[in-house]
Amino acid sequence: MADLSIDFAGIKSPNPFWLASAPPANTGEQVMRAFDAGWGGAVWKTLGDPIVNVSSRFGGVDLGTYKMMGFNNIELITDRSLETNLREIREVKKRYPKHAVIASLMTETKEDWRVLIQKCEDAGVDGLELNFGCPHGMCERGMGSSVGQEPKLLTEITSWTKEFAKTPVLVKLTPNTGDIVEAGQAAVHGGGDGISLINTIKSIIGVDLDRLVPLPRVGNASSNGGYCGPAVKPIALHLLAALARDEVAGRVPISGIGGIGNWKDAAEFIALGSTSVQVCTAVMHYGFRIVEDMIDGLSNYLDSRGMKSVNELRGRAIPGYQEWGDLDLSYKLLAKIDPKKCIGCQLCVTACNDGAHQCIFTGNEEKSRPPHAHTAGKAKPPSPFPIGLHAGNRVPWVDEPECVGCNLCALVCPVEGCITMEETPSGLPKETWNERVAAGRGKIPGGIHD
Amino acid sequence: MTLIGKRLETQLHDKKPLYTDSEAKAEAERCLYCVDAPCIKACPTTIDIPTFIKKIASGNTRGAAKTIFDQNLLGHSCARVCPVEVLCAGDCVYNAWEREPIAIGRLQRFATETSTAPGQKPLYVAKKNASPKKVACVGAGPASLAFAGAMALEGHTAVVLEKRAVAGGLNTTGIAPYKLHAEDALHEVDWVRGFGVEIKTGMEVDADSAKKLLAEFDAVFLGVGLGADTKLGIPGEDGAGVVGATAWIEAMKLDATTPSTKDLRVLVVGGGNTAIDVARECAQLGAADVAMVYRRTEKDMSGYEHEMEGARVEGVRLVSNSIPVSVVRDPNGKVTALRVARGEQGKAVAGSEHDLPCDLIALAIGQSKLHELAKHFPGVELDAKGCIKADPATGQTGNAKVFAGGDAINGGKEVVNAVADGRNAARTLIARFTAKA
Ligand SMILES: Cc1cc2nc3c(=O)[nH]c(=O)nc-3n(C[C@H](O)[C@H](O)[C@H](O)COP(=O)(O)OP(=O)(O)OC[C@H]3O[C@@H](n4cnc5c(N)ncnc54)[C@H](O)[C@@H]3O)c2cc1C
Ligand SMILES: Cc1cc2nc3c(=O)[nH]c(=O)nc-3n(C[C@H](O)[C@H](O)[C@H](O)COP(=O)(O)O)c2cc1C
Ligand code: SF4
Repeated sequence: MADLSIDFAGIKSPNPFWLASAPPANTGEQVMRAFDAGWGGAVWKTLGDPIVNVSSRFGGVDLGTYKMMGFNNIELITDRSLETNLREIREVKKRYPKHAVIASLMTETKEDWRVLIQKCEDAGVDGLELNFGCPHGMCERGMGSSVGQEPKLLTEITSWTKEFAKTPVLVKLTPNTGDIVEAGQAAVHGGGDGISLINTIKSIIGVDLDRLVPLPRVGNASSNGGYCGPAVKPIALHLLAALARDEVAGRVPISGIGGIGNWKDAAEFIALGSTSVQVCTAVMHYGFRIVEDMIDGLSNYLDSRGMKSVNELRGRAIPGYQEWGDLDLSYKLLAKIDPKKCIGCQLCVTACNDGAHQCIFTGNEEKSRPPHAHTAGKAKPPSPFPIGLHAGNRVPWVDEPECVGCNLCALVCPVEGCITMEETPSGLPKETWNERVAAGRGKIPGGIHD
Repeated sequence: MTLIGKRLETQLHDKKPLYTDSEAKAEAERCLYCVDAPCIKACPTTIDIPTFIKKIASGNTRGAAKTIFDQNLLGHSCARVCPVEVLCAGDCVYNAWEREPIAIGRLQRFATETSTAPGQKPLYVAKKNASPKKVACVGAGPASLAFAGAMALEGHTAVVLEKRAVAGGLNTTGIAPYKLHAEDALHEVDWVRGFGVEIKTGMEVDADSAKKLLAEFDAVFLGVGLGADTKLGIPGEDGAGVVGATAWIEAMKLDATTPSTKDLRVLVVGGGNTAIDVARECAQLGAADVAMVYRRTEKDMSGYEHEMEGARVEGVRLVSNSIPVSVVRDPNGKVTALRVARGEQGKAVAGSEHDLPCDLIALAIGQSKLHELAKHFPGVELDAKGCIKADPATGQTGNAKVFAGGDAINGGKEVVNAVADGRNAARTLIARFTAKA
């Protein structure tokens, strides 16, 4: 079994799986049950001056039969006294000395930061996470994402905390910003030892169409909240990768968060540069027990790739994340439909015809290409004409000269392995857009000034 | 033993073939991942079903297989032969919701079969035990294999003695081929053998060898199952054309010289699952007519409703309230009919005799108990039904060194019950050996 232990800027953890600062890490009793289930660390529900919450506070978006594909909340930071939280943190650290306990913090004045940090460190935390990400409730009070969106302020407050902190400081960023790299660099400039991202995305989860009130409803009103869960994973992956490959922001370890629900999600975050990963929604949905498959699945994956440690996976996909202008314009894929597998649903025909490049046809006769086709003449059906094992003469065919290799047909096809995208030599030398521009061939005829 | 020739069972095809990756994922995604899931409680080996299903959904098939095998080393054959309709899937919360329950058996097959396919990395490596003990098993059926496999994985020496030429017990010799073919059962036997279990076939344990086993081994596990098919005791019963159900099934599965039932008129006497199995097998082989002759009414049958439904779809008729009186043969001794009387509450009504014409009669009215063997092990007792007395939670018999499980102690249940017994006995012994070491 591969070694899953990590060292995050000096914070040691038996595995990269941490509870995110949120309801699952609200109390000591929960955190201890989570550690028993296998979680390697927990970022405590954000501490500060206790607040008052509303009822209700959560909303969900379902997709088909899958519940909570997206999730949102209008909950604030901890509603429990600092003293209670600290007593529980002390207790957890005493009983679980090898697990990572990180205090998430949010407050206002420099003096408040000093007091809060000192109290948490006295309680024995392994690190601190600055919540500069909460996009609702707290930002209106000048905290949370209102700091994360202001690079100067972010640097300044981070540097205050570094004056006081003896343990590593992680800066938790908000995705609600124009340029994440600017925010990441600001965190590093302030002396942050690590970055966590993403916090939730500003959102309105839906509208109650009977009452005509946004959701989640509090009496006859609601408020914008923070969006998370499986739906936000692609956004989180991009923001993570943007920081991980940046020369300044990429210097510090990153704790990846956003839509992680299983080991595969986690492996993707790690491949794009995360050292640890944090989970909130999936635990709120299914409970602490999900970590068993995360540990088991990740270690099976690492074993299958011959990797001895999770550290060998970290960042392995970053070199493959490039500017569009550096992609090879001569690389060519063609869609192939396997008549043995096709069930004749013809979803690919409609998808290509209405949503892509009008080059999938049915029937054993020559077809007129659309007027805008690049290839002259009629599209010729393959010979011999494919007769499907299940689909008979309903198997569609691809007019290969017109196929641009976009993937759409393969994405809509419900049958595994039926439509494959096959590499085809284009006969052209490798050339990127940037190279083309540099060679003075960056202008395509037919533009605004022609 | 290798299986040779075009055995009849090769004509019968898998009713629930292996899922493809995407079929498995789609089915797995349907699972609600219940907490304190009822399906787990309905499984005699308490496999953590929602966990293994979620692992399939996440693409962690190997992890899913481990979750299954950790509780049930014969998770592959169980996946294929368990009557899930009355076990795990029968308790799926979807039933109450009037939706199709999760296909737990098929998902379990997907995980176990793909993870133990030839070429896959071993899921288990036997421990190196500092003070290994020696255990012997009598019979190489599911109960013994579960026991021996678990002992071998702990680093103990496990030897299995089997009287037949093939190992696997009824998994190899008795299960309906449309659920599990003999070669797949033997593949599973080989998998368990891979843990270091030594299996010796063609070795029947009798009084002498029992003594030796007790002297040479630290513990003995009795997993001998049941004996020969019971007879009706009616005139004309002995001779060609009347077969015992399990004997016929064994021949159909393993002996390539067995004649087919194609175009024959077959009568199956009995109302249990073995009777339904024989009837379905004959029907699938192309019999001209298959009827089950049962002494009481349909609702009294011990066979499962879902199996009877499957049999009907295949053209099997049920002749209920009919009690066999004699086998009618022509002057050459060839069976021509079964004479039956009308039954009322299972009793024959005098004067109601009539003939049911047929070419072949299969008797599926039960199997005898192997009392003899128990006598060779001092202290081992039998219960009123003739089963070996053992505590199912621990496998312990009246002799501290002797354990027992499976059909031999329960009188004939399912493969999964045999596996649970074997596993429990192994856990008991492992704890005992560890405590002493
Ligand atoms: C026709 C039929 C169909 C069935 N179908 C199903 C099904 O679909 N699903 C299901 O879950 N269950 C089914 N069962 C029940 C299931 O097969 C048994 O419950 C299970 O096999 C019991 O396992 P066991 O290890 O106790 O015994 P067995 O599988 O009977 O194995 C006992 C072994 O011990 C050997 N043996 C006996 N005496 C000696 C001796 N003195 N020395 C050496 N070896 C000896 C025998 O040769 C045999 O190989 C079926 C049973 C029958 C008869
Ligand atoms: C109900 C709820 C409360 C949260 N509270 C906090 C908080 O107090 N502090 C914080 O830093 N993040 C908070 N978050 C954000 C999460 O820590 C996490 O960044 C976000 O949910 C994305 O991860 P996920 O997709 O795994 O849920 C909260 C999220 C939810 C759903
Ligand atoms: S989840 Fe618990 S706290 Fe929330 S509404 Fe339901 S019962 Fe109340």
